[in-house]
Amino acid sequence: MMVTVASIPPFEAFYVEHADDVLRLLRRRLGRERADDAFQETFLRALRAYDRLRHGEHLRAWVLTIASRVVIDTHRRAGDVTDEVPDVAHLDGLPAYEELAFLTDTLPPTERAAVVLRYGYDLDYEQIASALDSSPDAARQATSSGVRRLRRRVT
Amino acid sequence: MTIPTDLDRRFRDSAARSGLLDAAYDVIDSELGPLLAAVTDHGLARISYDPEPERELDVLARVAGPRILRAPRALDETRRELDAYFAGKRTVFDLELDLRGVSGFTLGVLEELAKVPYGRTATYRELAERAGNPRAARAVGMVMNRNPIPIVLPCHRIVGSSGALVGYGGGLERKEKLLRLEGALL
Repeated sequence: MMVTVASIPPFEAFYVEHADDVLRLLRRRLGRERADDAFQETFLRALRAYDRLRHGEHLRAWVLTIASRVVIDTHRRAGDVTDEVPDVAHLDGLPAYEELAFLTDTLPPTERAAVVLRYGYDLDYEQIASALDSSPDAARQATSSGVRRLRRRVT
Repeated sequence: MTIPTDLDRRFRDSAARSGLLDAAYDVIDSELGPLLAAVTDHGLARISYDPEPERELDVLARVAGPRILRAPRALDETRRELDAYFAGKRTVFDLELDLRGVSGFTLGVLEELAKVPYGRTATYRELAERAGNPRAARAVGMVMNRNPIPIVLPCHRIVGSSGALVGYGGGLERKEKLLRLEGALL
Protein backbone atom coordinates (compact mmCIF):
# COMPACT_ATOMS: atom_id res chain seq x y z
CA MET A 1 0.00 0.00 0.00
CA MET A 2 1.27 3.45 -0.88
CA VAL A 3 1.32 5.78 2.08
CA THR A 4 1.36 9.48 1.33
CA VAL A 5 3.75 11.29 3.63
CA ALA A 6 3.87 15.05 3.94
CA SER A 7 7.02 16.35 2.27
CA ILE A 8 9.37 18.61 4.18
CA PRO A 9 8.41 22.25 3.59
CA PRO A 10 11.07 24.92 2.98
CA PHE A 11 12.34 26.06 6.38
CA GLU A 12 10.81 29.51 5.82
CA ALA A 13 7.30 28.01 5.74
CA PHE A 14 7.99 25.86 8.80
CA TYR A 15 9.37 28.87 10.72
CA VAL A 16 6.50 31.20 9.80
CA GLU A 17 3.95 28.56 10.76
CA HIS A 18 5.34 27.71 14.20
CA ALA A 19 7.17 30.83 15.42
CA ASP A 20 4.17 32.15 17.36
CA ASP A 21 3.53 28.87 19.18
CA VAL A 22 7.19 28.49 20.08
CA LEU A 23 7.46 32.01 21.44
CA ARG A 24 4.26 31.59 23.45
CA LEU A 25 5.56 28.40 25.06
CA LEU A 26 8.93 29.95 25.84
CA ARG A 27 7.43 33.11 27.36
CA ARG A 28 5.13 31.06 29.54
CA ARG A 29 7.98 28.93 30.83
CA LEU A 30 10.84 31.42 30.94
CA GLY A 31 9.36 34.90 31.04
CA ARG A 32 9.67 37.53 28.35
CA GLU A 33 13.31 38.37 28.75
CA ARG A 34 14.82 34.90 28.63
CA ALA A 35 12.34 33.77 26.00
CA ASP A 36 14.07 35.86 23.33
CA ASP A 37 17.38 34.00 23.57
CA ALA A 38 15.63 30.68 23.87
CA PHE A 39 13.68 31.49 20.70
CA GLN A 40 16.93 31.92 18.75
CA GLU A 41 18.31 28.72 20.17
CA THR A 42 15.18 26.69 19.46
CA PHE A 43 15.04 27.60 15.78
CA LEU A 44 18.80 27.28 15.32
CA ARG A 45 18.61 23.76 16.76
CA ALA A 46 15.67 23.01 14.49
CA LEU A 47 17.62 24.38 11.52
CA ARG A 48 20.62 22.22 12.41
CA ALA A 49 18.48 19.07 12.49
CA TYR A 50 16.16 20.03 9.63
CA ASP A 51 17.98 18.32 6.79
CA ARG A 52 17.92 15.01 8.66
CA LEU A 53 14.13 14.93 8.76
CA ARG A 54 12.67 12.17 6.63
CA HIS A 55 9.14 13.60 6.36
CA GLY A 56 7.15 16.70 7.23
CA GLU A 57 4.66 15.11 9.66
CA HIS A 58 4.09 16.50 13.16
CA LEU A 59 6.61 19.28 12.82
CA ARG A 60 4.71 21.25 15.46
CA ALA A 61 5.21 18.54 18.07
CA TRP A 62 8.83 18.26 16.99
CA VAL A 63 9.69 21.95 17.31
CA LEU A 64 7.77 22.35 20.58
CA THR A 65 9.76 19.46 22.00
CA ILE A 66 12.96 21.20 20.99
CA ALA A 67 11.66 24.37 22.66
CA SER A 68 10.91 22.43 25.86
CA ARG A 69 14.41 21.01 25.75
CA VAL A 70 15.83 24.55 25.43
CA VAL A 71 13.74 25.62 28.44
CA ILE A 72 15.36 22.88 30.53
CA ASP A 73 18.85 23.82 29.36
CA THR A 74 18.15 27.48 30.13
CA HIS A 75 17.07 26.61 33.66
CA ARG A 76 20.11 24.42 34.10
CA ARG A 77 22.52 27.07 32.90
CA ALA A 78 20.91 29.58 35.24
CA GLY A 79 21.32 27.12 38.11
CA ASP A 80 17.58 26.96 38.72
CA VAL A 81 16.57 23.92 40.69
CA THR A 82 14.18 22.04 38.51
CA ASP A 83 13.19 18.58 37.50
CA GLU A 84 11.42 19.79 34.42
CA VAL A 85 11.03 17.46 31.52
CA PRO A 86 10.17 18.02 27.89
CA ASP A 87 6.57 19.04 28.15
CA VAL A 88 5.19 16.90 25.37
CA ALA A 89 2.05 16.19 27.37
CA HIS A 90 0.56 19.58 26.58
CA LEU A 91 1.84 20.21 23.09
CA ASP A 92 -1.03 19.18 21.04
CA GLY A 93 -4.56 17.89 21.16
CA LEU A 94 -3.90 15.08 18.76
CA PRO A 95 -6.07 12.07 19.53
CA ALA A 96 -3.13 9.70 19.06
CA TYR A 97 -1.35 11.38 21.87
CA GLU A 98 -4.37 11.75 24.14
CA GLU A 99 -4.84 8.03 24.01
CA LEU A 100 -1.31 7.52 25.22
CA ALA A 101 -1.34 10.21 27.88
CA PHE A 102 -2.89 8.23 30.73
CA LEU A 103 -0.32 5.50 30.20
CA THR A 104 2.78 7.57 29.68
CA ASP A 105 2.25 10.19 32.38
CA THR A 106 3.88 7.86 34.88
CA LEU A 107 7.02 7.17 32.86
CA PRO A 108 10.38 8.82 33.58
CA PRO A 109 10.66 12.05 31.57
CA THR A 110 12.95 11.02 28.74
CA GLU A 111 11.20 7.68 28.21
CA ARG A 112 7.85 9.42 28.21
CA ALA A 113 8.95 11.96 25.61
CA ALA A 114 10.49 9.23 23.45
CA VAL A 115 7.44 6.94 23.61
CA VAL A 116 5.02 9.77 22.87
CA LEU A 117 7.04 11.07 19.94
CA ARG A 118 7.51 7.57 18.55
CA TYR A 119 4.03 6.17 18.95
CA GLY A 120 1.89 9.27 19.42
CA TYR A 121 3.42 11.24 16.57
CA ASP A 122 5.13 8.52 14.58
CA LEU A 123 8.45 10.37 14.47
CA ASP A 124 11.51 8.32 13.54
CA TYR A 125 14.48 7.96 15.89
CA GLU A 126 16.49 10.62 14.05
CA GLN A 127 13.73 13.13 14.66
CA ILE A 128 13.26 12.11 18.28
CA ALA A 129 17.00 12.39 18.82
CA SER A 130 17.10 15.87 17.34
CA ALA A 131 14.13 16.95 19.46
CA LEU A 132 15.64 15.56 22.66
CA ASP A 133 19.16 16.62 21.76
CA SER A 134 20.51 13.08 21.98
CA SER A 135 21.54 10.33 19.55
CA PRO A 136 19.23 8.06 17.51
CA ASP A 137 20.55 5.07 19.49
CA ALA A 138 19.74 6.73 22.81
CA ALA A 139 16.30 7.64 21.49
CA ARG A 140 15.68 4.04 20.44
CA GLN A 141 16.80 2.79 23.86
CA ALA A 142 14.64 5.27 25.75
CA THR A 143 11.65 4.29 23.63
CA SER A 144 12.07 0.57 24.13
CA SER A 145 12.74 0.75 27.85
CA GLY A 146 9.66 3.00 28.14
CA VAL A 147 7.62 0.42 26.29
CA ARG A 148 9.00 -2.41 28.48
CA ARG A 149 8.10 -0.46 31.59
CA LEU A 150 4.56 0.11 30.29
CA ARG A 151 4.19 -3.55 29.47
CA ARG A 152 5.17 -4.55 32.98
CA ARG A 153 2.57 -2.18 34.36
CA VAL A 154 -0.20 -3.15 32.03
CA THR A 155 0.19 -6.89 32.47
CA MET B 1 3.09 35.31 12.36
CA THR B 2 3.14 37.99 15.06
CA ILE B 3 6.75 37.71 16.27
CA PRO B 4 8.28 41.09 17.23
CA THR B 5 10.23 42.47 14.27
CA ASP B 6 13.57 42.71 16.06
CA LEU B 7 13.34 39.15 17.36
CA ASP B 8 12.48 37.90 13.91
CA ARG B 9 15.33 39.84 12.31
CA ARG B 10 17.76 38.55 14.93
CA PHE B 11 16.91 34.97 14.12
CA ARG B 12 17.16 35.53 10.37
CA ASP B 13 20.55 37.22 10.78
CA SER B 14 21.99 34.51 12.97
CA ALA B 15 20.61 31.79 10.70
CA ALA B 16 22.38 33.48 7.77
CA ARG B 17 25.62 33.66 9.77
CA SER B 18 25.32 30.09 11.05
CA GLY B 19 26.27 28.52 7.72
CA LEU B 20 23.33 26.14 8.14
CA LEU B 21 21.15 27.50 5.34
CA ASP B 22 20.92 25.72 2.01
CA ALA B 23 19.75 29.00 0.52
CA ALA B 24 18.81 32.49 1.66
CA TYR B 25 16.50 34.79 -0.24
CA ASP B 26 15.01 38.24 -0.17
CA VAL B 27 12.73 40.39 -2.25
CA ILE B 28 14.68 43.32 -3.70
CA ASP B 29 13.07 46.51 -5.01
CA SER B 30 14.24 47.50 -8.46
CA GLU B 31 13.43 49.67 -11.47
CA LEU B 32 11.67 46.62 -12.87
CA GLY B 33 9.55 45.95 -9.79
CA PRO B 34 10.22 43.58 -6.91
CA LEU B 35 12.76 40.83 -7.65
CA LEU B 36 13.14 37.63 -5.70
CA ALA B 37 16.83 36.78 -5.34
CA ALA B 38 18.30 33.66 -3.72
CA VAL B 39 21.88 32.81 -2.80
CA THR B 40 23.58 29.59 -1.68
CA ASP B 41 27.11 28.84 -0.51
CA HIS B 42 28.00 28.56 -4.19
CA GLY B 43 26.67 31.97 -5.15
CA LEU B 44 23.62 33.66 -6.61
CA ALA B 45 21.23 30.90 -7.64
CA ARG B 46 18.05 32.64 -8.72
CA ILE B 47 16.51 35.93 -9.71
CA SER B 48 12.79 35.91 -10.39
CA TYR B 49 10.36 38.59 -11.48
CA ASP B 50 7.67 36.76 -9.58
CA PRO B 51 8.03 38.07 -6.03
CA GLU B 52 5.71 35.41 -4.58
CA PRO B 53 8.25 33.10 -2.97
CA GLU B 54 6.21 29.90 -2.58
CA ARG B 55 6.64 28.44 -6.04
CA GLU B 56 10.25 29.53 -6.35
CA LEU B 57 11.19 28.08 -2.98
CA ASP B 58 9.87 24.64 -3.81
CA VAL B 59 11.92 24.57 -6.99
CA LEU B 60 14.99 25.85 -5.18
CA ALA B 61 14.52 23.32 -2.36
CA ARG B 62 14.78 20.49 -4.89
CA VAL B 63 18.19 21.70 -6.07
CA ALA B 64 19.70 23.20 -2.93
CA GLY B 65 17.91 21.52 0.00
CA PRO B 66 15.00 22.44 2.33
CA ARG B 67 16.82 24.81 4.67
CA ILE B 68 15.71 27.95 2.89
CA LEU B 69 15.01 31.16 4.77
CA ARG B 70 14.31 34.77 3.94
CA ALA B 71 17.49 36.38 5.27
CA PRO B 72 18.01 39.88 3.84
CA ARG B 73 21.53 40.21 5.22
CA ALA B 74 22.75 37.31 3.08
CA LEU B 75 21.67 39.26 0.00
CA ASP B 76 23.54 42.48 0.84
CA GLU B 77 26.15 42.06 -1.88
CA THR B 78 23.58 41.06 -4.52
CA ARG B 79 21.41 44.04 -3.58
CA ARG B 80 24.36 46.44 -3.78
CA GLU B 81 25.39 45.26 -7.22
CA LEU B 82 21.84 45.30 -8.60
CA ASP B 83 21.25 48.81 -7.20
CA ALA B 84 24.45 50.04 -8.83
CA TYR B 85 23.50 48.36 -12.10
CA PHE B 86 20.08 50.00 -12.18
CA ALA B 87 21.68 53.33 -11.30
CA GLY B 88 23.88 52.95 -14.40
CA LYS B 89 27.01 52.76 -12.25
CA ARG B 90 27.88 49.13 -12.81
CA THR B 91 28.32 47.36 -16.15
CA VAL B 92 29.77 44.05 -14.95
CA PHE B 93 28.60 41.89 -12.06
CA ASP B 94 31.20 40.40 -9.72
CA LEU B 95 28.81 37.90 -8.14
CA GLU B 96 29.59 34.20 -7.94
CA LEU B 97 26.84 32.17 -9.60
CA ASP B 98 25.37 28.85 -8.53
CA LEU B 99 24.37 26.98 -11.68
CA ARG B 100 24.19 23.48 -10.17
CA GLY B 101 20.62 23.15 -11.43
CA VAL B 102 21.65 23.28 -15.11
CA SER B 103 23.93 21.15 -17.25
CA GLY B 104 24.79 20.14 -20.79
CA PHE B 105 23.64 22.34 -23.66
CA THR B 106 21.83 24.75 -21.32
CA LEU B 107 24.95 25.34 -19.27
CA GLY B 108 27.03 25.87 -22.41
CA VAL B 109 24.56 28.46 -23.69
CA LEU B 110 24.40 30.30 -20.37
CA GLU B 111 28.20 30.43 -20.23
CA GLU B 112 28.30 32.02 -23.68
CA LEU B 113 25.47 34.35 -22.69
CA ALA B 114 27.52 35.59 -19.74
CA LYS B 115 30.14 36.85 -22.21
CA VAL B 116 27.78 39.15 -24.14
CA PRO B 117 28.92 42.58 -22.92
CA TYR B 118 26.92 45.41 -21.40
CA GLY B 119 25.23 47.66 -23.91
CA ARG B 120 25.58 45.15 -26.78
CA THR B 121 23.21 42.61 -28.26
CA ALA B 122 23.61 39.27 -29.99
CA THR B 123 21.08 37.22 -31.94
CA TYR B 124 19.69 33.85 -30.90
CA ARG B 125 21.55 32.33 -33.81
CA GLU B 126 24.86 33.91 -32.94
CA LEU B 127 24.55 32.59 -29.42
CA ALA B 128 23.71 29.13 -30.77
CA GLU B 129 26.84 29.27 -32.93
CA ARG B 130 29.01 30.31 -30.03
CA ALA B 131 27.61 27.42 -27.98
CA GLY B 132 28.72 25.09 -30.80
CA ASN B 133 25.35 24.37 -32.41
CA PRO B 134 24.45 26.96 -35.08
CA ARG B 135 21.10 25.36 -35.88
CA ALA B 136 19.87 25.47 -32.30
CA ALA B 137 18.55 29.07 -32.34
CA ARG B 138 15.13 27.90 -31.22
CA ALA B 139 16.57 25.84 -28.36
CA VAL B 140 18.59 28.89 -27.34
CA GLY B 141 15.30 30.79 -27.16
CA MET B 142 14.01 28.17 -24.73
CA VAL B 143 17.13 28.45 -22.61
CA MET B 144 16.72 32.25 -22.48
CA ASN B 145 13.12 31.82 -21.46
CA ARG B 146 14.11 29.62 -18.51
CA ASN B 147 17.21 31.58 -17.52
CA PRO B 148 17.47 31.10 -13.72
CA ILE B 149 19.36 34.36 -13.16
CA PRO B 150 18.04 37.04 -15.55
CA ILE B 151 19.68 40.49 -15.54
CA VAL B 152 22.98 39.07 -14.24
CA LEU B 153 22.98 36.46 -16.99
CA PRO B 154 21.93 38.99 -19.63
CA CYS B 155 19.31 37.21 -21.71
CA HIS B 156 17.79 40.65 -22.38
CA ARG B 157 20.76 41.23 -24.74
CA ILE B 158 19.67 38.43 -27.06
CA VAL B 159 17.45 39.59 -29.93
CA GLY B 160 16.06 38.33 -33.24
CA SER B 161 18.04 38.45 -36.50
CA SER B 162 15.99 41.45 -37.65
CA GLY B 163 16.82 43.26 -34.43
CA ALA B 164 13.31 42.69 -33.05
CA LEU B 165 13.24 42.05 -29.32
CA VAL B 166 11.22 38.83 -29.85
CA GLY B 167 10.50 37.75 -26.27
CA TYR B 168 11.50 37.89 -22.63
CA GLY B 169 10.66 35.74 -19.61
CA GLY B 170 9.90 38.89 -17.61
CA GLY B 171 7.87 40.50 -20.41
CA LEU B 172 9.05 42.58 -23.38
CA GLU B 173 8.57 45.83 -21.50
CA ARG B 174 11.30 44.84 -19.05
CA LYS B 175 13.63 43.74 -21.83
CA GLU B 176 13.21 47.11 -23.51
CA LYS B 177 13.86 48.96 -20.25
CA LEU B 178 17.07 47.01 -19.62
CA LEU B 179 18.38 47.62 -23.14
CA ARG B 180 17.58 51.35 -22.83
CA LEU B 181 19.34 51.50 -19.49
CA GLU B 182 22.42 49.99 -21.10
CA GLY B 183 22.18 52.34 -24.10
CA ALA B 184 21.67 49.47 -26.52
CA LEU B 185 18.32 50.97 -27.54
CA LEU B 186 17.62 54.60 -28.13
